[in-house]
Amino acid sequence: MTQDTQIGGPSGKFPATRWSAVLAARSNDLAERKRALEIIIAAYWKPIYKYIRIRWGKTDEDAKDLTQEFFARLIEKKYLDGFDPSKARLRTFLRVCVDHFVANEAKAAKRLKRGGAAEHISLDFTLAESDLARANVSLIAAASPERIDEFLEQEFLRSLFGLAVEDLRRFCESHGKKTHFRLFEIYDLEDAETQRPDYAELAARFKIAVTDVTNYLAFARREFRRIALEKLREMTASEEEYRREARALFGVESE
Amino acid sequence: MSWLSDEAISRLQAASALPDFAGTRYRLMERVGSGGMGVVYLAKDAILGRRVALKVLDFPDASGELAARLLREAHILATLEHPGIVPVHDAGTLSDGRVFYAMKFVEGRRFDHLEGQKDTLFDRLRIFQRICDTVAFAHSRGVLHRDLKPGNVMVGSFGEVLVMDWGVAKILNPTPESARELVLDGSTVPANASPTPPLLDTAHGAVLGTVGYMSPEQSRGEIEHLDARSDVFSLGAILQYLLSSLAGSPPRPLSAIARKAMAPDRDGRYASSIALGQDIGSYLDGLPVSAYPENIFRKMERWASRYRLAIILVLTYLMVRALLLLWFRR
Repeated sequence: MTQDTQIGGPSGKFPATRWSAVLAARSNDLAERKRALEIIIAAYWKPIYKYIRIRWGKTDEDAKDLTQEFFARLIEKKYLDGFDPSKARLRTFLRVCVDHFVANEAKAAKRLKRGGAAEHISLDFTLAESDLARANVSLIAAASPERIDEFLEQEFLRSLFGLAVEDLRRFCESHGKKTHFRLFEIYDLEDAETQRPDYAELAARFKIAVTDVTNYLAFARREFRRIALEKLREMTASEEEYRREARALFGVESE
Repeated sequence: MSWLSDEAISRLQAASALPDFAGTRYRLMERVGSGGMGVVYLAKDAILGRRVALKVLDFPDASGELAARLLREAHILATLEHPGIVPVHDAGTLSDGRVFYAMKFVEGRRFDHLEGQKDTLFDRLRIFQRICDTVAFAHSRGVLHRDLKPGNVMVGSFGEVLVMDWGVAKILNPTPESARELVLDGSTVPANASPTPPLLDTAHGAVLGTVGYMSPEQSRGEIEHLDARSDVFSLGAILQYLLSSLAGSPPRPLSAIARKAMAPDRDGRYASSIALGQDIGSYLDGLPVSAYPENIFRKMERWASRYRLAIILVLTYLMVRALLLLWFRR
């Protein structure tokens, strides 16, 4: 597996259910605080890097430096202590922080050499940059005030689902269910250039019964949903926010 | 980390949103609606070969509170065996952890979809009477509905009238016996659900119901003051809704009945939904209604209305007799 950030490692070591990284990030326990920040940064660094690239029109080099420094400041200055979950969602709060941060950086004629005094965070920006290229994003259109929130939402979702897929991959590999994951990858994740394979084709390719394809896919989707919800639970501060977010992210709507 | 395109994200959202019926007797057919707590799907029971409605909790529910509430609704429905209440067939937890219950699939229309219907006021009042009967039955079993409104009443293709959505129902004066009856089967309770009989009561100040149909005491969250008269208020609001859909002015006795049912002070309302239903019956039969005091002129008006046909026949007979008398005297 390619782990694209050294500090955003697997979250399986944390108790996922009813544990909120958002709340833990303000804990007085340093170890807990560090673990919580790792989780938050793992989910948010890519959306924020892309946001700085697009909303602020920064070059990839500037955006890398700004993203590094933003998260270093987030830890150092304890930005999250000022976050009130009852007033805004975490990503709205982070977006406002980023806007302030980048605006202030632009105003400052000189600033400390980035990364000099602050804690260094290792993030793999090559992948984030290739994401932007693959997404074929129209930078001008996405940067418009009407679209930028939508863009950030979608990038957060992409990041969250990406992390969940990686956890699912590890889970399947460690439980002897590589075929389950491979089917899920082919059928649900990959964009076929022509027509997507049907269950019969997949059954023939993997030399299993069609009913096995159905069951394996159902298993992988079920586990994916569970993992994604656990991650979302970590990213929210209250039960109400969690329900609202899950409803929005999984597209379940009420009348 | 895997690259996910927008299309892949949409597929994952769709695949994750649908409940997983693998390992159950149900085959998903279509999504038919959603309510405050869950989504209702039409499914086929593969063993019995019949269609059923499955209400599935589709909210993430880390605390288990909503799951307990949905199962509690299923238990209440199972307890209330009555032609006006949809029968529950099954309840449990799907392999993806979502709680569900299966019930009869009711085909028909919601009572708030009156447009384009050919039924008369008389027909609608008969339906309303049956709603009152069903609610009276639930009250006799110590259950308040607390969310009565036209949208929660289904009128079937063959005249069935069903009161739906008992998700916020309240058990009045729960006895240890009734509490035990509502203790959920351990096999159906999600691991994170409360182990105690859930939600036998709702905390003071919690407002559950629909604005415009709930009583003043319910709107104020005075849970401990709710009784059968709170549902009577909601029934009065349903009657008012029916009357407001009429082209002309509604009959005054019916307006008086609705006013009495919706009296702000509970003591001014009908004491029970039976009494309310009886007043509607009296109106339909041309008898005096308790909510509408009559003077001599009103009595004559009602009497004339009730015996209109007989009066016309007698008058016609007398006119013919008079004409014949005049004819033969000429």
